[in-house]
Amino acid sequence: MSILLQEIRKQPIETSSITVTKNLTPVLRMENLHVYADHLHILNDVNLLIPRNQITVLLGPSGCGKTTLLKCINKLTDLYKELKVSGRIFIDDKDILNTSKNVPDIRRKMGLLSQRPYPLPLSIFKNVAYGIKLKGVRDKKLLAFNVEKHLREVGLWEEVKNRLNEPASCLSIGQQQRLCLARGLAVKPTIILADEPTSALDPKSSNIIERSFGELKKNYTIILVTHSLRQAMRMADYVVFMSEGSIVEQGLPEILFNRPETAQLRDYLKEGC
Amino acid sequence: MELRRRIVDSFNGKWMLISLIILFILPLVIGTGLYLKSIPLLEHHSLRQLVFSTNWAPSRSSFGFWSFISGSLYVTLISFLLSLPFCLFAAIYLTQFSSRFLLRIMHPVIDILSGLPSVIYGVWGILIVVPFIGDYLAPALGTTSTGYSVLAGGSVLAVMCIPYSLNMLIEIFRTVPCGLREASLSLGATSWEAVKHVVIRGNYPGIIAAFGLGIAKAFGETIAVMMVVGNVVSNSFNPLDPAYPLPALIANNYGEMLSIPLYDSALMFAALVLFIIIVIINLIFRFLIHKTRKK
Repeated sequence: MSILLQEIRKQPIETSSITVTKNLTPVLRMENLHVYADHLHILNDVNLLIPRNQITVLLGPSGCGKTTLLKCINKLTDLYKELKVSGRIFIDDKDILNTSKNVPDIRRKMGLLSQRPYPLPLSIFKNVAYGIKLKGVRDKKLLAFNVEKHLREVGLWEEVKNRLNEPASCLSIGQQQRLCLARGLAVKPTIILADEPTSALDPKSSNIIERSFGELKKNYTIILVTHSLRQAMRMADYVVFMSEGSIVEQGLPEILFNRPETAQLRDYLKEGC
Repeated sequence: MELRRRIVDSFNGKWMLISLIILFILPLVIGTGLYLKSIPLLEHHSLRQLVFSTNWAPSRSSFGFWSFISGSLYVTLISFLLSLPFCLFAAIYLTQFSSRFLLRIMHPVIDILSGLPSVIYGVWGILIVVPFIGDYLAPALGTTSTGYSVLAGGSVLAVMCIPYSLNMLIEIFRTVPCGLREASLSLGATSWEAVKHVVIRGNYPGIIAAFGLGIAKAFGETIAVMMVVGNVVSNSFNPLDPAYPLPALIANNYGEMLSIPLYDSALMFAALVLFIIIVIINLIFRFLIHKTRKK
């Protein structure tokens, strides 16, 4: 277990508050985050630290606000005019929530993996090269090098190397999801936002994605949304349990899963096992 | 009860097939009828001469349709060029950027526009577009025009066709999953880049089909165009000059001057040409849709 998590372990787990430790170097910090949609209070006073180079699992029943929380982080909530967002989200001590400057650059820091894969209507090669090209890279050798590198990173290169120019939609769902992961990694993010990335996949493809995450956390911080308790237990370095828009409990998985403090989490664990 | 259900089932099944056959045969019957009526003219003049000659003097038995064909094509082209940016960007805005409330308001507005009789568009053209071109636009460009022109016809047609293409584009763009746009944005695309790469590029076949529908509608439109286009046989490429499209020729003259030999047959030939061009336009668009789908 890393020094960072040992530090976290020393601290009492506070509910709906920032767990601050002296040596903690979180990559992302949320303060007093609220999201409203008309009269619905989707996220209620969310305070959270995301530890660097770990897998933080956002766990909770469907409709508890996990996906909205993820969309706040990369400002995709801006697309939905009905949502009112307040609070602050810091990445490397810069508030990204209350700024409209360089939004594409902010989003680029976070690779997004959705519930089901959304390959762009382009070829396999162009899907991975898309984000790199948006950064202004035009050199064909550099593009090809990066495409191969990131396809290898997600274990897809051998399967697609002979059909890079075929439409991405020709791939299986599992392959498409890995392609989307490679596409996200190609823009060199610091954080990977994964919103139930295996929910539409078969067990084999799910295992590949989970294994990839295990490898990727060496270089990236991963925030994984899931409502699968088993997946959370397998993968989490840090767990945030949410219910009805609020963080109910957060902490290390061995503590949270073995000694849940709230009735909500106890019930969730009972139903999920 | 059982017998009644069987009879209803059998009747519906047969009626579906009969409807299909009727719909399939109808264009063939229309095309064949027009061809049969055009035979007297085709017996006296070669097809090439009829289509490509600009000499139109029915009283001297001279029937060159090129001025009418080019007039139709020119008016349609102008209407397409004028309607394209409005349709495309309005559809993008309504489906990608505006609130759902605005889209809910715009739907009935578009439906009203598409339901207005074409004579109302014609009157609007005479009252607004023609004077604007004749009194302001032509003098501003250092020339003169009565206002009854290709540009007036194209403008009125553009407004008429916008609802057809716009409605279809809205339906197409609404099917673009949010996740696709989010994926593009999360890779660092700006809003416009996301629209360009996901909404436009991903929907080329649909966009082509929408404009194909608009163009086919524009090419055959008669009354509104006839009221503002001037109806003068002309071979000019100046959009401020009048023109005489094929539908206007047929509508203006059918039932009149039929004492002139072959005139009746000539008008039927004009209808046949119109019919064939519409078929060709549709085939071209089908081909383009097929090509872009393959990619």
